[in-house]
Amino acid sequence: MTSTTSHTPRFDSLQVGDTLPTLQLEPVSRLMLALYCGASGDHNPIHVDIDFARSAGRADVFAHGMLSMAWLGRLLTNWVPPSALRSYGVRFAAITHVGDRVRCEGRVTEKLEVGGERRVRLELSTVDQDGQVKLTGDAVVALP
Amino acid sequence: MIDRSFIGHTLPAFDVRVEAGRLRFFAKATGQTDPLYVDEDAARAAGLPGLLVPPTFLFCLEMDAPDPAAIRNLLGMDYRKLLHGEQQFTYHAPAHAGDTLRFEQRIEDIYDKKGGALEFVVRRTQVHNQRDARVAELRTVTVLRNA
Repeated sequence: MTSTTSHTPRFDSLQVGDTLPTLQLEPVSRLMLALYCGASGDHNPIHVDIDFARSAGRADVFAHGMLSMAWLGRLLTNWVPPSALRSYGVRFAAITHVGDRVRCEGRVTEKLEVGGERRVRLELSTVDQDGQVKLTGDAVVALP
Repeated sequence: MIDRSFIGHTLPAFDVRVEAGRLRFFAKATGQTDPLYVDEDAARAAGLPGLLVPPTFLFCLEMDAPDPAAIRNLLGMDYRKLLHGEQQFTYHAPAHAGDTLRFEQRIEDIYDKKGGALEFVVRRTQVHNQRDARVAELRTVTVLRNA
């Protein structure tokens, strides 16, 4: 990925506790959910059809957890080339609602070497405008 | 309660072709503007065989199974009561538009918490490409709310 190599952080210059540049999203809209429904292939009506959502006991539709995971993925690939990603996982801790302003954050928690490859482990989260954590996760990326 | 005898059950493997148009649509839906995901010329100029599959899109491709409801129906789960609990990816090789990926799904575990009010289904999916190279492994935890 030559287009991003020059911006890639270097293993030696990183410290545990260093943070990734934050990614702030626009408020979650119904259009975003409709587009994600179509593009992702996740056609579960609970995310786009308010009548269905109410029949399932919800006050309104809510965002796909995987949409937030895709945003956190952008946080990662804004920081390192996509080919540097070794693992990436999240736990969906709370529901992201229409109107929420989601912020994606990441922090270095460990520097390690695996099979001669230098890597860092990152702690990830999405939080809303009130500071409520929606997703928590971690990723391991390889660094030069 | 979900029948625990399905622990270890393997589903029939299936192939999914990665389409460039779908990748562009996914990039739009997720606000991804990096040209590697949307501009075929830029991807080729970067030495890639086609548009790059973004980190979470493998989960979407897995949902392109011939019967995306296969596991739900097999285990008798009402999807009004389902939540996505966890999702993990381990990456081995990149995937690109034009690839045909093979998905092999296995039900790794089924367990419950809170006296059966919550049941958890853990699925592990191996993904290989048309050259039989390992692309990724997905681990998905689905939560069934029985309360």
